[in-house]
Amino acid sequence: MSILVDRNTRLLVQGITGQAGAFHTEKMLEYQTAVVGGVTPGKGGSQVHGVPVFNTVQEAVTQTGANATAVFVPAQFAYAAILEAIEAKLPLIVVITEGVPTLDMVRVRKRLEGAASRLIGPNCPGLITPGQCKVGIMPGYIHTPGAVAVLSRSGTLTYDAVYQLTEAGLGQSTCIGIGGDPVLGSSFVHLLPLLEADPQTKAVVLIGEIGGTEEEEAAALIKARIRKPVFAFVAGKMAPKEKRMGHAGAIIAGGKGTAAEKCAVLRDAGATIIESPAAIGKTVKAHLGRAILPGGCVTSRRSP
Amino acid sequence: MKLHEYQAKQLLTSVGIPIPRGAIAKTPPEAAKAYDELKRQCRGGTGFVCNVKAQLHAGGRGKAGGVLVAASAEEAAAQAATLLGRRLVTKQTGPEGLPVSAVLLDERLAVQCELYLALTIDRFHAQPVLLASRRGGVDIEEVAAAEPSAIIREPVDIAAGVPEATLSRIADTFRCAGEQAVVCGEIVRALWKLAESHDASLVELNPLVITEEDQLAALDAKVTLDDNALFRHPELAAMRDESQEHPLELKAGRIGISYVGLEGTIGCLVNGAGLAMATNDIIKLSGGEPANFLDVGGGANVEQVTNAFAIILADARVKAVLVNIFGGIMRCDWIAQGLLNATQQLEVKVPIVVRLQGTNVEEGRRLLTQAKRLNVISVDELAAAARRVVELTRAV
Repeated sequence: MSILVDRNTRLLVQGITGQAGAFHTEKMLEYQTAVVGGVTPGKGGSQVHGVPVFNTVQEAVTQTGANATAVFVPAQFAYAAILEAIEAKLPLIVVITEGVPTLDMVRVRKRLEGAASRLIGPNCPGLITPGQCKVGIMPGYIHTPGAVAVLSRSGTLTYDAVYQLTEAGLGQSTCIGIGGDPVLGSSFVHLLPLLEADPQTKAVVLIGEIGGTEEEEAAALIKARIRKPVFAFVAGKMAPKEKRMGHAGAIIAGGKGTAAEKCAVLRDAGATIIESPAAIGKTVKAHLGRAILPGGCVTSRRSP
Repeated sequence: MKLHEYQAKQLLTSVGIPIPRGAIAKTPPEAAKAYDELKRQCRGGTGFVCNVKAQLHAGGRGKAGGVLVAASAEEAAAQAATLLGRRLVTKQTGPEGLPVSAVLLDERLAVQCELYLALTIDRFHAQPVLLASRRGGVDIEEVAAAEPSAIIREPVDIAAGVPEATLSRIADTFRCAGEQAVVCGEIVRALWKLAESHDASLVELNPLVITEEDQLAALDAKVTLDDNALFRHPELAAMRDESQEHPLELKAGRIGISYVGLEGTIGCLVNGAGLAMATNDIIKLSGGEPANFLDVGGGANVEQVTNAFAIILADARVKAVLVNIFGGIMRCDWIAQGLLNATQQLEVKVPIVVRLQGTNVEEGRRLLTQAKRLNVISVDELAAAARRVVELTRAV
């Protein structure tokens, strides 16, 4: 099992002819991801790393039977690209692009109401089901198949956490970077229920950050509905108080947002709090180690 | 991007939200002229009194002495002279304060009551949201904490705008009726129009007042624009006041490095914001104090590493540097070579503890060890690297 992406994922890359799109297409192909098509308006008929390029998402879907897309297009054009993917009813849209205007994402979320698509990102590293499918920009070789899911707001900190898990002999079911922007396609609360229902996932590592309310919302859900063990690290415990302007942000967050407050509500919800970023692998191992290894946690590492 | 009050008020005027009459001045002589002009507009007599308000990117300025009054052109010039060029410290600026860029002279209105009206983005629900309270003014956050029900929240539909029902609920909250309720509704709709058409992530009117003549007016306004959307608003991007930003942070930002100066002695060079925050955390857990937060970007190339070193070392308090790089797409051996080049080129004297992890890490560590630089110390594990750098700052 695993969630959202696996061997059956047939991926499009929107913005495949751009520098980042082309580079990561190659890396995803190296990971054996089925990249079946690319989209760049006006570049239809060409190829990138042997992948056929189409002018529109709809055309690419019709021709290739794609069921997911990775969006690499520049921020100015991201909104139109995402809308095209929603209209083509692609079940999974992963937006890697950084710098998408917040109101564009508000408009996207409105369009997603009742739509057939789920969106991950923007401004995220993407997601990976180790050994099966990589949709994004994370280094593939640090991952290993297994039973621990990783949900994170960060990029490189997630890689570090995954690396620690792999070193500790704990493989991963699916690792998802949800992105660092104010308005996201999917937050922790949208993904935790999928992991709770996934037979392969035995535990969840949640990596949060100061600011926003993603961790607080997650804590409420964990308390009410998540029975699998959750381990949480929140970055920014030592961050200085934000220099800010006006009061609306503080009012809307209800005074929440510091790492200490986030850790307190997550602990209260039953999550195990990891204090040091260097102790993520060790802590999960100490708590579960043997408990899940017989349940199918593959410990052999993929060679780089 | 933050705007000054006077810039925010220009935007309010453009969408029809009433504000007091006012004029901006950047020098004392301009302030004297602005006083005379304002007096004429307000048909004021001898001894006409106006506010002289410091313009800076932070709230809390009233309590910090940033709002003065003047009753003559000479006095306006004198008050402007005391404020302009000075750094004002308020509870929202941090201890170093912010320089006063300009002064806004504005009409003093006789006020019946102070209201609060704001529009921001509710991240979780992915919706714009209006916040309104009858109890506006300087203590709105205390009101929010002690009596949350005193502030109503009304979502705005990104496609359909502000519904009628919302307008009446806000008017009721403000106890506006009849013609006043109509004006109130126009202000609420204009606020949304302003936010939508300018990609503002915050528009706050505090206070919005009802004058003794029963007129509504925004006495103060704060606008924050979405940096990601500035590409479609060049006229707004031109309003940026760089004097309100920390010089090193500004310099770093221009080359794509995210830097925030802190109080400690350990410089940090990290790729990725989350990992950078986590690095600051582990330094503190190990008993040290970070001198900065620095994110060279997820990709981290050699040129950026060199640039980042230059920024870190511009802070004379830095006694040692911790480099924490997770090489993903970028290989650790390239990073190691870049580090060696950068530290040589910049003649770095302070000790540098380097923790590399990720792609080609063995080769990267080998390069660092082989270089036999006395001040470059490669440590494999993050917790050990943090302990080492803390020890080094103690030894100095």
